[in-house]
Amino acid sequence: MSHTDIPYDEGYLDMDLLRFTTAGSVDDGKSTLIGRLLYDSKNTFEDQIEAVEATSRKRGDENVNLALLTDGLRAEREQGITIDVAYRYFATPKRKFIIADTPGHIQYTRNMVTGASTANLAIVLVDARTGVIEQTCRHAFIANLLRIRHVILAVNKMDLVDHKQEAFDRIVEDFKTFASRLNNIVDITPIPISALHGDNVVVKSEKMSWYEGPTMLYQLENVYIGSDHNHVDARFPVQWVIRPHSDEHHDFRGYAGRVAGGVFKPGDDVVVQPSGFTTKIKSIETLDGPVDEAFAPLSFTMTLEDEIDISRGDMIAKPNNPPEKGQEIEAMICWFSETTQLQPRGKYYLRHTTKEVKAVVEEVRYKVNINTLHKIEDDQTFTLNEIGRITLRTSAPLHYDSYRRNRQTGSFVLIDVQSNETVAAGMIM
Amino acid sequence: MEQERHSYRVNHLAQLESEAIFILRETAAQFEKPALLFSGGKDSIVMAHLARKAFYPARIPFPLVHVDTGHNFEETIQYRDDYVAELHAELVVGLVQDSIDQGRVQEEKGPFASRNALQTVTLLDTIEDNHYDACLGGGRRDEEKARAKERFFSHRDDFGQWDPKNQRPELWNIFNGRKHHGEHFRVFPLSNWTEMDVWQYIKAEKIPLPSLYFSHKRDVVHRNGALLALSDVVVPQEGEEIERDAVVRFRTIGDMTCTGAVYSEASHMDAIIQEVATARQTERGTRADDKRSETAMEDRKKEGYF
Repeated sequence: MSHTDIPYDEGYLDMDLLRFTTAGSVDDGKSTLIGRLLYDSKNTFEDQIEAVEATSRKRGDENVNLALLTDGLRAEREQGITIDVAYRYFATPKRKFIIADTPGHIQYTRNMVTGASTANLAIVLVDARTGVIEQTCRHAFIANLLRIRHVILAVNKMDLVDHKQEAFDRIVEDFKTFASRLNNIVDITPIPISALHGDNVVVKSEKMSWYEGPTMLYQLENVYIGSDHNHVDARFPVQWVIRPHSDEHHDFRGYAGRVAGGVFKPGDDVVVQPSGFTTKIKSIETLDGPVDEAFAPLSFTMTLEDEIDISRGDMIAKPNNPPEKGQEIEAMICWFSETTQLQPRGKYYLRHTTKEVKAVVEEVRYKVNINTLHKIEDDQTFTLNEIGRITLRTSAPLHYDSYRRNRQTGSFVLIDVQSNETVAAGMIM
Repeated sequence: MEQERHSYRVNHLAQLESEAIFILRETAAQFEKPALLFSGGKDSIVMAHLARKAFYPARIPFPLVHVDTGHNFEETIQYRDDYVAELHAELVVGLVQDSIDQGRVQEEKGPFASRNALQTVTLLDTIEDNHYDACLGGGRRDEEKARAKERFFSHRDDFGQWDPKNQRPELWNIFNGRKHHGEHFRVFPLSNWTEMDVWQYIKAEKIPLPSLYFSHKRDVVHRNGALLALSDVVVPQEGEEIERDAVVRFRTIGDMTCTGAVYSEASHMDAIIQEVATARQTERGTRADDKRSETAMEDRKKEGYF
């Protein structure tokens, strides 16, 4: 990072982390916005800017094309498009940011779903001239489906509508009307911007004095994301069993994993699924010594009072608040495969937390027309980018929560048994 | 303190650490014979440190693999051997010299010859000879534009090639390492780290580094805008400017023929972090191998480079 005007201090070792995703249609100026965000927050380097200047000149662009800062692969530069999710990084003294930059083409719903799965916030980009269009609604729908709680509605190209408040207000109203049906989104912050000229991205615009809200960077730095992890329902999917077999740790048997929810402490009663055995936590271990509590999203190793047979894929939880258990799974899925379709009665590998089982599609309930949100009930196959609700039956019980309650224990992917490709993402109802 | 504890706030370094440990454990769990590619550079040192944390109190359950061009800094090799001994880890070394002797690769000719590109063949041979099905690398997405689209679990076909248009989507915490016979994976636990994160983590964890990273005096030659350390393999050519006792350090550590030094007085961790915070050039700006063309890294990755 190149923060020439920001003094380094110890606070740098202790920043928040915000993951966000960006969604916009092809010409909404998304790459320009990200380039602007990086450039104006002084997160670009001289050699990067020089390379971009040189390429801009070669292509005959009028201004230095900041969008080039985010252009990755040769095929993309040649075709002037973005192929896949790209991850970008920048930091201010307050926060470190991870951007999942997803392309806006109609056919790339899959990429937005992927980028949104780990995001706390989504920037939905709208062209001030065209306003809320079908794709805008699709982006908001996906953000909501993936349970992103915070949305910034970035109304871009305000310079092309003479920076007029009426244009902005109309778009905000249209968007809020649509978004009122989306329950997971708890806050929407509309911001009028011009990514090309930098208005309200990092620096407050002088041309839109009627706007009194935050700049985009201010909102990114200050939005409260502390409650995005579940600290209520204790869930510890076992990832790996640690048995050193060394003289020093002869009888050590630890269960390694990343806490998916709730809080675990030594002495807590726990139940291990699927065996259903109960015991107590003996210790929570790290290389730096034992700790007195473990919570999401940190990785730990747990030892238990009793020797029970536990392996990868098992779930450690609290007896008074266990996860759901079942082999009939109701879920919303997004189909990812270009080459195959989801078939009724189709069989797949299903990966849920650290567990893998076989699953068969029992029923296709409906598909969603994500532009109108209408249900389609008579179509039984899913092709690339289609979203809908299905019922799966699994070869062994899953121990899960609804996706609304817990993103880690409520999500899964389907894997094609022949090609080994990841063909669908699922969110348990 | 009590209140802060119960806000369950997790800072950026702790989140990145937890994510990397998760990936390391997934690699151990999902593959039959993983290996950790260890170059002696700071990223691979951090990765080995994280692997130690991930499996404590057991040893790291896979070997450290070093592809040695034979043109490494002495300090790097010394550090490697000491660190491996401390970790009680297994070390496997693939020698580019062997690939040359076996006629697998042809050494570049001329005064600017580098073995950097030859490493790919040695790496793929080492993977094949030892039947590794997953290689953990220290690559970060912020390093270079072709890496921004890299996955944590990066699928390679049976020729070791990367196909950026056909990558597996990665959602939530779920990583799909299923593969057919002959295919393998590259795994990048530090994907989401930036250069700054790595330095901060090294400081926070008090991880010792090779002395090359800290300011020292060294004879260098100016070549194509880079400062290369004079050695048996970097011999000054006519017209090239030589500088004795230049005060320099290295931002990245690789093959001596293509890793440039930077002028720096930064002799301790805080000074380096300060320097990184105010740097005007990207870290790989010192790497001659990326300067060969605008898409140099993309081309090398497709061929199976780290």
